[in-house]
Amino acid sequence: MTFEYLEDVAIADLAFRAEADSIEELFEVAAEAVSNSMTDLSTVRPAVTRVIQLEAESLDHLLFDFLAEIVYLKDSETLIFARFETKITRNESCRLRAEMLGERIDRGRHELRQDVKAITLHMFALEKTDSRWSATIVLDV
Amino acid sequence: MMKKDGYRVERTGDYQFEIPTTEKEGMRVPAQIYASDKLFKEMDLGVLNQITNVACLPGIVRAALCMPDGHWGYGFPIGGVAAFDKEEGVISPGGIGFDINCGMRLLTTNMTFEDVKPRLEELVENLFRKVPAGLGGTGFLRLSASEFRDVVERGVGWCIENGYGWEEDRERIEDFGCIEGADSAKVSSKAISRGLKQLGTLGSGNHYLEIQLVTADNIYDKDVAERLGFNMDNQVVIMFHCGSRGFGHQVATDYLRVFERAARKYGITVRDRELACAPFNSPEGQDYYKAMACAANNAFANRQVITHMLRKAVSETFKTSPEDLGLHVVYDVCHNIAKVEKYRVDGEERELVIHRKGATRSLGPGAQQIPPMYRDIGQPVIIGGSMETGSYVLMGTKKAEEKTFGSTAHGSGRTMSRTKAKRLVRGDRLLRKLKQRGIYIRAASMSGLAEEAGFAYKNISEVVDVVHQAGISRKIVGLRPIGNIKG
Repeated sequence: MTFEYLEDVAIADLAFRAEADSIEELFEVAAEAVSNSMTDLSTVRPAVTRVIQLEAESLDHLLFDFLAEIVYLKDSETLIFARFETKITRNESCRLRAEMLGERIDRGRHELRQDVKAITLHMFALEKTDSRWSATIVLDV
Repeated sequence: MMKKDGYRVERTGDYQFEIPTTEKEGMRVPAQIYASDKLFKEMDLGVLNQITNVACLPGIVRAALCMPDGHWGYGFPIGGVAAFDKEEGVISPGGIGFDINCGMRLLTTNMTFEDVKPRLEELVENLFRKVPAGLGGTGFLRLSASEFRDVVERGVGWCIENGYGWEEDRERIEDFGCIEGADSAKVSSKAISRGLKQLGTLGSGNHYLEIQLVTADNIYDKDVAERLGFNMDNQVVIMFHCGSRGFGHQVATDYLRVFERAARKYGITVRDRELACAPFNSPEGQDYYKAMACAANNAFANRQVITHMLRKAVSETFKTSPEDLGLHVVYDVCHNIAKVEKYRVDGEERELVIHRKGATRSLGPGAQQIPPMYRDIGQPVIIGGSMETGSYVLMGTKKAEEKTFGSTAHGSGRTMSRTKAKRLVRGDRLLRKLKQRGIYIRAASMSGLAEEAGFAYKNISEVVDVVHQAGISRKIVGLRPIGNIKG
């Protein structure tokens, strides 16, 4: 599972593409891409565990809501997460259970990168090709 | 007739280009772009795709407009302006942006460069301590959720009553620092908890606080400049750029999901999910407008609390009261907002929902929304450039009211992605280079600093010359940076 930030799209913002073998891994790597845009993940200690459960009408809405939750917790509790374990179930609706490990933002110790404002739906894409999942997401920064 | 990015484009004026409705299926009005030949040629593909998408939205009046600083955003391009009929048109959160009422505020001082120069670094450091910038920054105010609701419904009025501003500040702010109709019942508790600790913080991205100089060679209308408070050579002024922080971002995030459903409900199809919209007069449209007004008021309050802390920092540095240092607000403008305003369309006055996303209101002399102190000269327009190239103050014009629904540019506009800028320059090198050029910078984020390098932006002077020549605002003074705090 990998992510890369894209150079020539949505130039005022920050676009990334994530790829993974499973839908769970894709959610996890997309979450890492969001967190990594805010700080260096190798410096984030697993001091706080947070479990969130979300339900949405489609997989892409579920991904949007999940990433938006990471942005929300960054402001409401100044928490940054570096490790994610997700479980996704799909019936009539899509459900996510995510366990997230991280800590309070320490402005002395953590490198401060972008203070992400929001996940946008501009060019938002979640796709499955053959056996691989991919997503393209633009963050408002 | 010429071609750009696959679109047929007509030149309709010296600084005006038009894409006719035949160029994209569903366009209800043409798209008009204000630019010089050079700026138009250099505009990225996103701009033309996005402004023609805007031209497809229901109830749009006359044309979808793009200012010369236009660049690729989400939904609307940044630099986009659109007017919708109040009865038959829509409101779209993507035409305002996540950072609701992101805007600019400018203050004068009665100090010259010679007064400030020996203590410039100390001043920048003091400001950096008093105005938290960057990721995880929290303000000094500890408010309960109900007090915060009061802030977002009343904006600057709350700040002044609680000792975070001067009475005279109020009239020097667009809409007097409070947009009517704000109703915090339309805001989620998540938005409240996200914004609760952030009043008085700058944020990151392109947000900054800058110490600038007004020099005699940069004054284009001496009489008006004096009326605005620029009355000494080498005068030091302070400008800053920020918005509604996490509170506004959450309001926009919440309503983006609401509007996706609403657009389906009202049978509106859009070409970009960020253009999801609903009729202005629908329950969803009205709820969003009331929540957006809360976010806008929160941004006014944020800039007011920053003004309070800025006055403290400057006062402590120079051991003189803010009053004796002449720390007056010149004006405060919104550049991400939707408002109901009246303009004449084909000879008839109409109430319109004006969306400005990365665009500034630009009203000419006489407009009732302008405070009495400036009414005879027009509304001040503050255009912030990159930290290297300087900024401008302009005045609004009657021609803007006739041509662009009272709108003009807001900044210089990016030409390059953040990821690319960061690859081309390192923050610490840029910091040293600018110091050699006499610009002292304190940045919360070194990578963020690199992303904001001057070469990633259009030339601000070219942008300002276009709006001046096109007559949609009038150049008054240019401002040169000497110190900068970056989020």
